[in-house]
Amino acid sequence: MYSFEPTEEQRMLIEAIERYATNDLRVAAHDADETGELPADLIEKGWEMGVLQASIPEAYGGFGERSAVTGVLAAETMGWGDLAGALAVMLPATYAMPILLGGTEGQKTELLPPIIEAEWKPYTTAFIEPVFDFYPGDMQTTAEKKGDGYVLNGEKAYVLFADKAQSILVYAALDGQTQAFIVPGGAEGLLIGEREKLMGIGGLPCFRVRLNNLQIPLESRLGGEEGFDFGPVLASAQVAIAALALGVSKAALDYALPYAKEREVWGVPIAQRQSIAFMLAEMAAAIEANRLLVWEAAWMLDQEKDVSKEAFLAFTGATDMVMMVTDRAVQVLGGHGFIREHPVELWMRNGRGFSTFTGLAMV
Amino acid sequence: MISFEMPESIRKTRVLMETVAENMMRPVARYFDENEHEIPWDYINFMHQAMAQMGGSGLATQEDEKKERKGPRLGFQNLTFLVEMLSWGDTGIYLCTPGGGLGAAAIQAAGSPEHKKRFLSKHQREKPTFDAMALTESHAGSAMPAEVRTTAVRDGDEWVLNGEKIFVTAGNKALVDSDGFVVIWATIDPSAGRAGVRPFVVEAGTPGCTVTKMEHKLGIRASDTVSILLQDCRIPFENLMGDPEVKVKKTEGVKGVMLTFDATRPIVAASAIGVARAALESLKQMLEEQGIEIRYGLPRSRLTNIEREIIDMEARLRATWLLTIKAMWLADERKYNTIEASMCKFLAGDVVVEITQRAVELMGPLGYTRDYLLEKWFRDAKINDLYEGTGQINRLIVARRILDYSRHELS
Repeated sequence: MYSFEPTEEQRMLIEAIERYATNDLRVAAHDADETGELPADLIEKGWEMGVLQASIPEAYGGFGERSAVTGVLAAETMGWGDLAGALAVMLPATYAMPILLGGTEGQKTELLPPIIEAEWKPYTTAFIEPVFDFYPGDMQTTAEKKGDGYVLNGEKAYVLFADKAQSILVYAALDGQTQAFIVPGGAEGLLIGEREKLMGIGGLPCFRVRLNNLQIPLESRLGGEEGFDFGPVLASAQVAIAALALGVSKAALDYALPYAKEREVWGVPIAQRQSIAFMLAEMAAAIEANRLLVWEAAWMLDQEKDVSKEAFLAFTGATDMVMMVTDRAVQVLGGHGFIREHPVELWMRNGRGFSTFTGLAMV
Repeated sequence: MISFEMPESIRKTRVLMETVAENMMRPVARYFDENEHEIPWDYINFMHQAMAQMGGSGLATQEDEKKERKGPRLGFQNLTFLVEMLSWGDTGIYLCTPGGGLGAAAIQAAGSPEHKKRFLSKHQREKPTFDAMALTESHAGSAMPAEVRTTAVRDGDEWVLNGEKIFVTAGNKALVDSDGFVVIWATIDPSAGRAGVRPFVVEAGTPGCTVTKMEHKLGIRASDTVSILLQDCRIPFENLMGDPEVKVKKTEGVKGVMLTFDATRPIVAASAIGVARAALESLKQMLEEQGIEIRYGLPRSRLTNIEREIIDMEARLRATWLLTIKAMWLADERKYNTIEASMCKFLAGDVVVEITQRAVELMGPLGYTRDYLLEKWFRDAKINDLYEGTGQINRLIVARRILDYSRHELS
């Protein structure tokens, strides 16, 4: 049966995250973007909402089971609050989720509980590479089997909290296949570069990372000797980014709409002009329709169906939508939209990043 | 719980309708496009029998509210899938499906149990019958129903109708080619504006009700679109649906139209999506024959223009389709769906026009020739952005709802 109604449990979780997104994430967003720093207690508070913890089975320190549908509902709501804050809170999932999906039993029992049972710590991921046509299926970073270990070489970009990382999950091509490797923070050959200066998500510390003949033991490969299936992990990353894009879009619409009802031109609210009203209607419709694309892909992930095409389409649709919606939100505010006192310009800057952000979040 | 699991009954409907579309629609699609106003009786008779065997009464979703149901209601969702598949076969021929057009939808939304029994049972007879809804008049389309000028005057136990309706889909089939009926929207009090407007059922063969013109159209040529003239047309008093009195500030008659639209707009969206899917699938197949494969998953910088276009079309089409299903799921759940109905309607109108236009363009001389159906789908597509409210009217409806504006505040 088709159904578009979250469960009671999901609704309660979303309501709790909504309060956090409104009272914490949104409040901190502007200053974090300006100063380049998210308050530590903000991240910890978001971590304690327990979204990741509820996705990990008890055997590995959590208290639930993985649901990508719950994950996208949560991600949209977090993204609505603030993208930088949401990515920070959700960061450990980019490390833990691939382990849950593709790790050996030993990796799961050893690596997951310390993440799940503790306060938020920067378990991070080196996924994106600094090339214009970056494609996750064709990593430039290489892994080579040498003796009783692997040697990693290459350059990664947008590695969140790399300077303080506990451990980094590094993606690299092994014989042409994208595989992942667990690299402890401070490993020899792991060179953390300067903090990157980006157009948006200013509150997040992002780093270039160079892997210079970095040697790791055989058991550091995700999934052990067999490796792991990258497909479902990539799909999870695409769906997560798409869900966050929904949240940013919704935030922009929710801000532009009441503004348009307040702001008057020639004595009439601009929302009473079709040129503005139609833009808002199209923004709302695009969000509604693309949300279902994201939900469907997440639902298919939970059904363990092949979701590579659907996840990609959800990602493509959402990244186009968020650019259209955030651009229009700025347009609705006119000149005021360009001023950093209003959040819409930040959402537009963040919106442009989504097509690049695959790998920065997972559900 | 959020789920995208297709119910078994819908899956069966789809399989059956796909067979019909492939065998009874596609092979004759070109013929009925080139021979406008010829009637596809083979399809009509087949569908009439098939639906009688399935125990239904045409396309109308008839569900007895009192009867105990097993599981959730699926009528509107089922209809949505059926219409999508038949439109994938051929929209013009789909519009000739007997039993359960817009007239039936209006009776479903606004009629009493007696109305439903009297008129919808016509579709269960031996011969196929059609119905239609007449709302538009020559001076106003989207401003309806507020500007209805067709009048209904009570004379004892009869109503006397006068006026002219245009753009009545399947009007000729309902009134001339079969013993069907048309739901006519007329005002019982021209000074009352919207509040005076009511739906009336006029049956085929009623004196004073004449089909005066059959339009020649850009597309959907198998479907007739007619003008209906009402000249002192007398119908029984009980053929009125709703209150015979005008109450101050009540707009219940109009509500009937709007409720009808909440159900019919997603159906038009489904029809649009069927055409769009036909064009997109055909385009992909033609490209495949040229050795062009669509590589999903690559970044845009690594894709060809054709791949980018097709991927974007697929994402938009799928998103719009899911919203259409949601609109009808809400209708089945008896929940308010006006916003979703109008959203999916204008998105589907946009997407079908865009996809069919791009398909013709991308295939170049092969797209433009009448050797293939691509050019026909391009012509068939546009109606979906027009009837049951243009894309603009549906944007207006969505805008009013999300802004919480009345039609006086936003028009």
